[in-house]
Amino acid sequence: MSPELAVLDWFFEPLQFAFMQRSLAVAIMVGIICSVVGSYLMVQRLALLGDAISHSVLPGLAIAFWLGVNIFVGAFIAGVISTVIIAWIHTRSPIKEDAAMGIVFSAFFALGITLITTIQKDNKIDLNHFLFGNILGVTAGDVRDTAIIAVLVLVAVALLYKELLFYSFDPLGAQASGLPVGLLNAGLMVLIALTVVASMKVVGVILVLSLLIAPGATAYLLVPRLHQVMLLGAAIGVFSSISGMYLSYYVNLPSGPAIVMVVSALFSLSFLLSPRYGVLVGPRRDRPWQKLRTLLLSKGSRP
Amino acid sequence: MAPTPCITVDHLTVNYRDVQALRNIRLTVQPGKVVGIFGPNGAGKSTLIKAMLGLMPVVTGRVSYGEGTLARQLDRVAYVPQRSQIDWTFPATVWDVVMMGRVKKTGWFNRFSAVSRRLATEALERVGMLEFRDRPIGALSGGQQQRVFLARALAQQAEIFFFDEPFVGVDQKTEAVLFKIFQELAAAGSIVMVVNHDLGESITHFDQLILLNKELIAAGPRDRVLTRDNMTRAYGGHVGFFGHVA
Ligand SMILES: Nc1ncnc2c1ncn2[C@@H]1O[C@H](COP(=O)(O)OP(=O)(O)OP(=O)(O)O)[C@@H](O)[C@H]1O
Ligand SMILES: [Mg+2]
Repeated sequence: MSPELAVLDWFFEPLQFAFMQRSLAVAIMVGIICSVVGSYLMVQRLALLGDAISHSVLPGLAIAFWLGVNIFVGAFIAGVISTVIIAWIHTRSPIKEDAAMGIVFSAFFALGITLITTIQKDNKIDLNHFLFGNILGVTAGDVRDTAIIAVLVLVAVALLYKELLFYSFDPLGAQASGLPVGLLNAGLMVLIALTVVASMKVVGVILVLSLLIAPGATAYLLVPRLHQVMLLGAAIGVFSSISGMYLSYYVNLPSGPAIVMVVSALFSLSFLLSPRYGVLVGPRRDRPWQKLRTLLLSKGSRP
Repeated sequence: MAPTPCITVDHLTVNYRDVQALRNIRLTVQPGKVVGIFGPNGAGKSTLIKAMLGLMPVVTGRVSYGEGTLARQLDRVAYVPQRSQIDWTFPATVWDVVMMGRVKKTGWFNRFSAVSRRLATEALERVGMLEFRDRPIGALSGGQQQRVFLARALAQQAEIFFFDEPFVGVDQKTEAVLFKIFQELAAAGSIVMVVNHDLGESITHFDQLILLNKELIAAGPRDRVLTRDNMTRAYGGHVGFFGHVA
């Protein structure tokens, strides 16, 4: 077999399996919406909120499973409730927002694990699948649900782009211009909760933070405008999802961690080599190794 | 266009939880003057603006503009927050920031019109920043950043302008541009309120002053406000400035 054919074969072989087609489709959609929505978290310094929401979906998921309702719906409701409680604690008491997040998400997470462990005894439900993802168990129904969420999220971001840009850059200025910032913020929380819920099967609730933050952060080091961060971030997210899935298929790694390792590697490359901010390249004079070199040279030239 | 009415602040009291920030403020702000809000750190200058615009809850009081409440007429207001409130590493260019001034007028789900783009271009031209329109905002000097925010306020086509400490960390050129435009806005009949705390030479650029320290010390024409007695009440005994006091 010629090398070209071998590469093609390598690429197409997994695709003959329906389960791989389904999981790739879901992974690609999740790679896109995580990067787009996560860009808002990154620019608002709310990365921890992504973590809080993702850990908080567990009890809703367990209760929904127990009631026989769609677990996406239960998880979404729990995620939204957690953001409401966080906002409530931090506006009604002197507790800072990050402390409020820490308290709420660990409480929800603990409750979720308790509920799932209890249910687990007499049901076919596996806690690990929610913690670390179970992309190979993606059903046709999951593909449909993820597609619905992805369309909702992307349409909302496209329609509200200019308002959300203003709000996330300068909330006071946006409010003073008459924009309903409370609604915009609530909308953003809903988008994040939807995105987290859609990502559960792919990476699990513990690692979803990486898919939310890392693609946007990688792109942020490379391009200067928010919509560019989102578009490039989405490309990075998709690339990571696909390569993670192939890694998982060929090297027999769990898919969630494989995707996260790819996206983290891409971030490291951008951090080291970005033309604008790269630690090893770029126009800055205050690069640590240059300082070191100057220091060494000046020491060396002394008698 | 009908002439701009006055803003009336009536018995305004504002608390942050158990800290009283403003007590029983009463004042009237007329259009056509550049009004400076002065007072020591923590005097409640920023709080006064935020409370007037309804950006924070008030304990008592009413702020009216014309027939209605000012906070209900925010589409007539342009507000430039204190520099420290802004994240200057945000991924946006000069153009992005100025276009934010057109978001409310453009309306939900609409794209920016050609008129909006023309207004933004003119505003940038007016503050001398047009050549920087594609620069990331993080790659500007403090003075340039402040001029971009002024351009955003201009693009809003407001009747009422609030600037919170626009002169902090800016160069001479920017200071001149800002004062020139404040004068032009006032001359065109707008309400212009500027928080400042530099009591130096530049105070002569303000037509009216509001002197604040938790409560209103004095308000009115510059010479009537800048008395030794008022300054001592606002700043305590330790102000090295009395050169411009009437
Ligand atoms: N978010 C807040 N929570 C609690 N207290 C606050 C808050 N913001 C301001 N204060 C208090 O309210 C008072 C007025 O603050 P404000 O920011 O309005 O003062 P300022 O005159 O603008 O001061 P500066 O010159 O430092 O900007 C101060 O005593 C301050 O400590
Ligand atoms: Mg202030």
